[in-house]
Amino acid sequence: MSADSNTALRSVQVVHASLASRIGLAFWTLLVAVLIALPYWGDRQMMRLSTEIYSFVALASLWNLLAGYAGLVSVGQQTFVGLGGYTLYLCALWAGLNPMLGLPLAGLLGCLISIPIVLLLLKLRGAYFTIGSWVVAEVFLQIFQLVPAVGGGSGISLPATVVLSIAKSRSAREALIYWVFLALAVAVIGVIVILLRTRYGLALQAIRDNETAAKSNGIDVVRARTVVFVVAAAASSMVGSMIFLQKLSITPFSAFSINDWTVNMIFITVIGGIGRVEGPILGTVIYFALREYLADLASIYLIILGMVAIGVMLKAPKGIWGYVADRFGWQLFPLARRLVRDVPPRAAVASGAPG
Amino acid sequence: MSFVNVIVQGVLLGGLYALFAAGLSLIFGVMRLVNIAHGDLIVVAAYFAYFTMQALGVGPFTSLIAVVPAIAVIGYILQRSLLNFALGEDLPPLLVTFGLSIIIQNVLLILFTHDNRKLYAGPIEMASWKFTPDLAVGVLPVIQFVVAVLIIGGLQLLFYRTTLGRAFRATSDDPAIAQLMGIENRHIFALAMALSLAVVAVAGVFIAVRTTFNPFYGPQLLIFGFEAVIMGGLGSLWGTLAGGILLGLAQALGGQINVGLPFTAGHVVFLLVLFVRPQGLFPKVSM
Repeated sequence: MSADSNTALRSVQVVHASLASRIGLAFWTLLVAVLIALPYWGDRQMMRLSTEIYSFVALASLWNLLAGYAGLVSVGQQTFVGLGGYTLYLCALWAGLNPMLGLPLAGLLGCLISIPIVLLLLKLRGAYFTIGSWVVAEVFLQIFQLVPAVGGGSGISLPATVVLSIAKSRSAREALIYWVFLALAVAVIGVIVILLRTRYGLALQAIRDNETAAKSNGIDVVRARTVVFVVAAAASSMVGSMIFLQKLSITPFSAFSINDWTVNMIFITVIGGIGRVEGPILGTVIYFALREYLADLASIYLIILGMVAIGVMLKAPKGIWGYVADRFGWQLFPLARRLVRDVPPRAAVASGAPG
Repeated sequence: MSFVNVIVQGVLLGGLYALFAAGLSLIFGVMRLVNIAHGDLIVVAAYFAYFTMQALGVGPFTSLIAVVPAIAVIGYILQRSLLNFALGEDLPPLLVTFGLSIIIQNVLLILFTHDNRKLYAGPIEMASWKFTPDLAVGVLPVIQFVVAVLIIGGLQLLFYRTTLGRAFRATSDDPAIAQLMGIENRHIFALAMALSLAVVAVAGVFIAVRTTFNPFYGPQLLIFGFEAVIMGGLGSLWGTLAGGILLGLAQALGGQINVGLPFTAGHVVFLLVLFVRPQGLFPKVSM
């Protein structure tokens, strides 16, 4: 390769950030700073609602990573949420571990269990993967109902001593749990943004846009999907462990609930914008805003969400954020890839003459 | 011998699952649509039968005269007004039918509450033929199995011996060329959905005579149908019958080991088949 073409290659750079993403980054930094301080200025109810919102943002973002980027439409994420919850409970009950140690263990277990599951499920394509993931979740639901050692159908409650071991005072405990939830949501989004900026991210977006073309360009689709599935499983387990720590009791039906841990996440992501990191965040905000008005009518609420999601899927398949982003070029995360000519100063002076 | 009894029950139950699977397989074959709301539409058929029986004072099997055409019409309208617009890429059909499934469940919940219901067929439910002191075969399961085999055979004939079947196969092979040949795809797709739901309505009535149902029973039926399709091999109607029988057998044997185990046993056998033979037992099209 000649020196000339080498400099030509070097003079082109991939730039992720844009003005919009810089504004976005400033916005997120400010928002997270305000949210970190919430235990000092917000009340108990607000903190409780916020932890729920963070868990939804995290789970919906993970579902979006699977479906929106890797093309894996899973309806079985409750498998990992439930396993995470049970891991924390059993570690506390059997080994007397501090629940905060149960959190990383839940992540580890989710990671380990997801490997055989994904290897099996990746034999199925498209919609068949979807229902296959559901079958796996059903198997876990039924096994946990049958095994007396994990409480069987009636589940287990967390003893007061375990709860007290987190922190002595109630407010300290609640603040700690709140921060862990916030940290999980921020970490999930952070990991997704970082992942999407790597070569894997480029591969995932290529798979999302055209699987066959991605394959023919040498992308190992199965490997990329396996990595994404395992990451999503581990993170979902960690979120699940915290969700059930807060609930103080766990049953197979609450742990492996498809409605709570997957259906909502699908609607949130589809409405907010599938295949965009901002989508699930916007979707969660819309979800909770709507729920404030329709909280008493759970089934009517689900019907409305379902109809909105179908409408969005047919009329604006990229969701609300996708529509906005396409129209105005907005991005709140530095994820776009633009090629910029990086012209060295001397060359710029030399070629600057003709006007 | 009770073991033989269990095998017979399992095989007969399998016929029912094969019907769920045949409906699922039919629309996948014609338009590459996996209908996540399939099970919920089976439940709709069961409710339809329930209220037809009450209104007209007829038995569940007579109610089929009203239920089958009604559900077929619903299928036709559903396809033309909604699902036809979701076809094409991978994601929209999946998410639209998923949304539809949640909507149907919750509408049923509002209309009919969470109460378990059952269709009562009268003395025939208890009738059985006693072959030996240990082997008794229920009349109803036999009827249900025979009906399943007849319907699957009928579908096979329809696909390979009629003009409509040829149109189905043509759109399945290449929708664009089929359209050039004067086939109206949107209409063909809607007819396929109507046919699929007509088959499923029969299955829905049989299952609602067998067990109780409620608004949230659909996903389980979807999973059974899906397991039978995958185990039998995609695209093969007789394969779905084999898949259904295998699932019925697994559930019956699982139930013998532990009363809480039948569905888990079915799922586990399904996952095993997937592991050793992902293309199913009798594959016709590659996945």
